[in-house]
Amino acid sequence: MPFTRFFLLTLAAAAAAFAAAVLVHNDYLFFAGYVVLQFVVLATAWNILGGYCGYVNFGTAAFFAIGAYTAVALHKLAANPDRYLSGGWALLKPLFPLSLPTLVAVGGLIAGIVGLGMGYLTLRLRGVFFAIATLAMAVVFQTLIINWDFVGGSRGAYIIRPDHITIGAFELPYIQYLFLIMLLLAVLALAIARAIEHSRLGFAFASIRDDELAAEAAGVPTLRIKLIATTLSGALMGMAGAPFPYYIGYVEPAAAFGLAYAVNAVAMPMIGGTTSWGGPLVGAILLGSLQQIVTVTVSSAVNLLIVGVLLVMFVVIAPKGIVGLVYDRLARG
Amino acid sequence: MSMPPDLLANAVVAGLLLGGFYAAVTVGISIAFGMLDVVNIAHPAFIILGSYIAYFLNITTGVDPIVIAILALPAFYLLGVAVYQVYYLSFERRGQEALRGLAFFFGLLFITEVALILVFGVDYRYVQAPYIGPSWHIGFVDLPLRMLIPCVFSLLMVAGLQLYLTRTFIGRAIQAVAQDQLALRLLAANPTRIKRIAFGISIATASLAGAFLIIIQPIEPSVGREYIGRVFAICVLGGMGSLPGTVIASMLLGIMESFTATFYGPSWAPAVAFGFLLLALAVRPAGILGR
Repeated sequence: MPFTRFFLLTLAAAAAAFAAAVLVHNDYLFFAGYVVLQFVVLATAWNILGGYCGYVNFGTAAFFAIGAYTAVALHKLAANPDRYLSGGWALLKPLFPLSLPTLVAVGGLIAGIVGLGMGYLTLRLRGVFFAIATLAMAVVFQTLIINWDFVGGSRGAYIIRPDHITIGAFELPYIQYLFLIMLLLAVLALAIARAIEHSRLGFAFASIRDDELAAEAAGVPTLRIKLIATTLSGALMGMAGAPFPYYIGYVEPAAAFGLAYAVNAVAMPMIGGTTSWGGPLVGAILLGSLQQIVTVTVSSAVNLLIVGVLLVMFVVIAPKGIVGLVYDRLARG
Repeated sequence: MSMPPDLLANAVVAGLLLGGFYAAVTVGISIAFGMLDVVNIAHPAFIILGSYIAYFLNITTGVDPIVIAILALPAFYLLGVAVYQVYYLSFERRGQEALRGLAFFFGLLFITEVALILVFGVDYRYVQAPYIGPSWHIGFVDLPLRMLIPCVFSLLMVAGLQLYLTRTFIGRAIQAVAQDQLALRLLAANPTRIKRIAFGISIATASLAGAFLIIIQPIEPSVGREYIGRVFAICVLGGMGSLPGTVIASMLLGIMESFTATFYGPSWAPAVAFGFLLLALAVRPAGILGR
């Protein structure tokens, strides 16, 4: 299936999902759906590096938080441009206040740059060093944010979410607008993931995952390819984080850097299946919905325990994930 | 910046004491990651588990936390043996340890943390012992016993391990296992058995390190995460599997963190380890005493 057709199909599916959600007319659906979609984006982004290249990133929360805090910082700037933008920066004033899609783009850009830097410093060594460095990176960025008073430090920052937003002739409740943006991001992430799978880049990724030395010997520019993957993956995670302050209304470091993001971003592709775009999607929808249900009915600590146990069970017992299991069943007839 | 000499001396001593404790925290990783090539990122979680065992038995029986930790060593050893067995059967034998092995240990880290939260809650916990509180004073230098006792026991443990690894057959086999498994087989040592023993020892050190941790500071289940960056930074800088290197790197990191905390404020200290790690990876990945 060519790229454009896939893109249009997912877009149509997304439009149908949105229309269905609007028809049900229940705000909770949007709040819960937003979280599930956010995990679709994070899981897909993680899988571009983790599943396709075989490099494990435990720092999803850091990239996510970079996106979120970019939005917070820009929101603060926009709230009082006369105070913060002086001298040459005054030229930027007409740009404020920034729209949410712009915030998403900027958040993605900054997270992408961080991904590139991280990759450049650690990817020349063995893959495990990258994984360890990402774990440590989350702690460091959290330290930076805690010490950065402009975005609230450890006290956190409040973002007042508007009630409604007018786009052209339509007036949407803001939560529906956030849901819509996350839906589009999910479509974008899936389209990118699938396009990679069917391109030369995808084969280069797979060659690195299977045998990096052989790939290098065969002329694959492995470092450059890996840097593309970390940048892309980091950027998508940052984009998923940018609308977060508007969704949650109050951001503090412990929430934005929550280990739940890192665990889910690893667990969802692992449980769904890491070799194709369908895996993270299936994993995120199943696990994301399950967590929403357990959080409401039991407790949020138990829901994280379930994720951890499922992750360990799947990597031990079913390393190909749900998608792999289904394929194997089909192949056997 | 001019530093008052007493402040400087105290920062150095505090750093050395902290570094001694870091050696206990890292020695398990130096064995598992440095010698066996098992990337056990769940090690800090096992340390926290050790802290909670020390805490629980200390408040119920009043026994000294370090004594509890020594009594718990066999249990931790068996836990390590069991974890390695699962890891070996599921990943190492299939040659899939890189991606899925990491995810496995990450899952273990997470399960341990959440299970501790469910059992003990997120309140800070601490232990009772006669040496928590008083300090020795030598000139203008303070030696808080709460730091000194863990440091001394930690160095004793590392020294004991170093003797074991260099003077016994199994110890030498452990050092050899990552280098040449075939040669090890020729000496009639089963590499899998050797690795199982070594991993058991590595987890056993977490019992003691956990007791030291809760003596030094009150803990809650997520404290372990702060140690992931530290232990790997020390392990890499120490030369991956060299115990003397581990001690030197621990002391260096301890001093650097102590200086950061003294002169810039404690909220910056967690970032030091990461800078340390990145620097080590970028400049000298073989470590100080690496081959």
